[in-house]
Amino acid sequence: MQWEIVVGLEVHTQLSTQSKIFSGASTAFGAAPNTEACAVDLALPGVLPVLNRGAVERAIKLGLAVGGKINSPSIFARKNYFYPDLPKGYQISQYELPVVEGGSIKIQSGEVERVVRLTRAHLEEDAGKSLHEDFHGMTGIDLNRAGTPLLEIVSEPDMRSSAEAVAYAKTLHSLVRWIGICDGNMQEGSFRCDANVSVRPKGSDKLGTRCEIKNLNSFRFLEKAIDYEARRQIEVLEDGGTIQQQTRLYDSDKDETRAMRSKEDAQDYRYFPDPDLLPLEIGEDWIAQVRRGLPELPQQMRARLERDYGLSTYDAAALTGDREIVEYYEAVVEKLPSDPKLCANWVMGDISGYLNEEGKFFDSCPLFPAQLAQLLTRIKDGTISGKIAKEVFKQMWVKASAQPVAWKHSDPGPDINLADQIIESQGLKQISDSGELEKLVGEVIAANAKSVEEFKAGREKAFNALVGQVMKAAKGKANPAQVNEILKKKLTE
Amino acid sequence: MLNFGLTQLSALLAAKKISSAELTGEFLERSKSLNPDYNAFITLNEETSLAQARAADAMIAAGQAHALTGIPIAQKDIFCTKGWLTTCGSRMLSNFISPYDAHVIERFNAAGAVNIGKTNMDEFAMGSSNETSFYGPVRNPWDSTAVPGGSSGGSACAVAARMAPAATGTDTGGSIRQPAALCGISGLKPTYGLVSRYGMIAFASSLDQAGPMAKSAEDLALMLNVMTGFDARDSTSLEREPEDYTRDLEKPLEGLRIGLPKEYFVKEINDDVARAVEAAIAEYRKLGARTVEVSLPSTKLSVPVYYVLAPAEASSNLSRFDGVRYGYRAPEYTDLNDMYRKSRAQGFGAEVKRRILIGTYVLSHGYYDAYYIQAQKLRRLIAQDFIEAFKQCDIIMGPTSPTVAFNLGEKSSDPVQMYLSDAYTIAVNLAGLPAMSIPAGFGNQNRPVGLHIIGNYFAEAQMLNVAHQYQRATDWHVRMPIPLET
Repeated sequence: MQWEIVVGLEVHTQLSTQSKIFSGASTAFGAAPNTEACAVDLALPGVLPVLNRGAVERAIKLGLAVGGKINSPSIFARKNYFYPDLPKGYQISQYELPVVEGGSIKIQSGEVERVVRLTRAHLEEDAGKSLHEDFHGMTGIDLNRAGTPLLEIVSEPDMRSSAEAVAYAKTLHSLVRWIGICDGNMQEGSFRCDANVSVRPKGSDKLGTRCEIKNLNSFRFLEKAIDYEARRQIEVLEDGGTIQQQTRLYDSDKDETRAMRSKEDAQDYRYFPDPDLLPLEIGEDWIAQVRRGLPELPQQMRARLERDYGLSTYDAAALTGDREIVEYYEAVVEKLPSDPKLCANWVMGDISGYLNEEGKFFDSCPLFPAQLAQLLTRIKDGTISGKIAKEVFKQMWVKASAQPVAWKHSDPGPDINLADQIIESQGLKQISDSGELEKLVGEVIAANAKSVEEFKAGREKAFNALVGQVMKAAKGKANPAQVNEILKKKLTE
Repeated sequence: MLNFGLTQLSALLAAKKISSAELTGEFLERSKSLNPDYNAFITLNEETSLAQARAADAMIAAGQAHALTGIPIAQKDIFCTKGWLTTCGSRMLSNFISPYDAHVIERFNAAGAVNIGKTNMDEFAMGSSNETSFYGPVRNPWDSTAVPGGSSGGSACAVAARMAPAATGTDTGGSIRQPAALCGISGLKPTYGLVSRYGMIAFASSLDQAGPMAKSAEDLALMLNVMTGFDARDSTSLEREPEDYTRDLEKPLEGLRIGLPKEYFVKEINDDVARAVEAAIAEYRKLGARTVEVSLPSTKLSVPVYYVLAPAEASSNLSRFDGVRYGYRAPEYTDLNDMYRKSRAQGFGAEVKRRILIGTYVLSHGYYDAYYIQAQKLRRLIAQDFIEAFKQCDIIMGPTSPTVAFNLGEKSSDPVQMYLSDAYTIAVNLAGLPAMSIPAGFGNQNRPVGLHIIGNYFAEAQMLNVAHQYQRATDWHVRMPIPLET
């Protein structure tokens, strides 16, 4: 039988606020245990939560970016359960009325283009951490993370493969970074996925029984966990068994998922509206204000890059993978509006390559857009060849890396004549003087009689060899187009 | 002097006829001598109180005195108080020294008041007789075989027995007004949201409200001036212009319309209480007020609605007491669940456990709609009744409690009988309205009767005016249960 995989994702994004969702304590990662937990986070007797408006604003941003509905009021509810790293004995979350409902995200997975619908996005607080090592059979509790703001983004079961799930997760990951609500750092747990996986006979429109795989913190694990889980379910069904609704954990060492708890022993969380927090009202004014502060979204921007710069769909998509890339790119194009394609090639090729090698991102690119633009201008105006440009670029990178500042959008940057300085000081300027070139060509023809013979006998290859000799004699600085022209002229004289 | 009101004490302090250290010393002496018999205080901390008194004397000397500077105030042990044992009447917090001050405590500290001690209370404010305290029951100063009421029984007893000139209380279903009535003092529960709940250990968050307890309405007004005010740390705190609650005390009552709910004067009320309340109302007519009959048809639902909602919130609020971070932890346990189970089984008393069980039940899957949601709907109806009634009257009056103080042990084995003793007070919390109780004579066995005065939202100044005018015309509020010379 042909099977179809059905996947829905719940993604916990940590919102990039300075302080926690219900207290003033810092959310910075990596502090010594319990040094970023105030009285509210410790749930001392008598303390009360106060909602961080910054967290709400970020939720509104997401809602607007996915075309969802911003609920007003939305309600904070208590999810009651006991666990040592849950200080109050309940988590403040949203249940019946979440802050965002609906919306969708367009994904591209190989040839498949799909619109994934969102069910909802709700605000909640994170729990602390239980540390089971280093305490001689006891458990340590670190409450630094307790109260960190999360936006849980829940999709409909609209994906049909692990690749689509990864494409969705990557698109969402890019979007939350794009709109500046989450730093997307997966190692630090800022972006965590739970996958709901089920299978059904191809062609069926009924959903199968699902299993939820918890806490997948990399795209690779997400893909492998879904693949494993789908295979497991198909095997069970093909052996005549039935799928039990379960929560499962993915073990990346063994590449398998394991049952954590089944539906029968699911807890009763006894949700009820938190009486310490008033219903969250979000007025039209607030929404409008957030909307004004929202950047151009990736999809709109892709369309614009294709339309205005004549870029291919592939280039436009690659440039908009990250807001910092495209901001950098547009700053380069601003200086060299005549050739957006050349700019795109260099930004995605050379700059990206160098950054990758150094493990850096565009926000810490040492070379400023204006510096790159000058180099590209020198290619365009024939001062240097593309080949020499690679060499100049290499040197520019080294020098720029010694600059004290990384690129910022507002900053024109230091030393915009870096490319010219290197070209000048090392005499890398292309030889475009036809007198000089004719002399060089003449010398090469005189010294390579054999090749000249061959060319005249009709062997095109010999022409290329002669061009190579001219370039060599010019130390690479000869203008290739001119060399071709002069050589052809002289050989046919 | 132990019988003086706050205005008189303040005048003596300002005129330097007495120092705060001397005043505090006198109240401390009386507290120390009476407390073994009455058990009003869980903690007396003489050194700290006297140090605060000396600081207050310095404020007075520097000309920086406020109305309450140097005056000793007894604080209910539900308010987190920095450096003080803060138990909430429970074994669960019997080792908890608070690292921070509640908003209410901060306000009294800023005003230069002296904390004279932390008063006994029903465990986590759950009780109407002060018998559920881990620290043992408080006794009624008028008759030591009687309960003082609860949950602010320690505060009521301390004021009635003149161990403190005034005290704080909290009121979730009558916990200020009922003990005030049973101990023959005045107590006021403000409109919900007027006093910040920050640092006040939560029982039922949507009902809890702190308020003052004192000998007279005038003293309550001075206390309220200190206690109220917006606090950004409590999301239910109301942002309002500050008021002077003494401003209307002297207004005549000519033309005042007193609403008498017909549902209040029926079979539940004892004759002795009815007689005292009717006499008080007759006094009001003499003062120029007139009475109108009003109806609060949903009021009979108050007790059942309350005993769904309050335990629901409590069951969740008390989850933090798990033995993990502070408070009581069982000495022996086998694993995590066993630690939770034993710490909570040993740390909480029977009434608290009963309410956690009720609350857990009504929030459970399959019961939530039938209990919690239904109770929320009825809560709105109960509030609506008052809104209708206040279209016909300015103020509502009735008995605070259907009976005078009952005997220790009399109702402690019958929770439902105990719950019914709050039948008149609970509806007010459900509606979020302000209300107070003032002494209005004596009933059976010469035990005090309280007159319940319910105001419209934010009508505290008017209620205090109504109470003050009565206290000018009567002397119930200055009667004392225990002579000063003991």
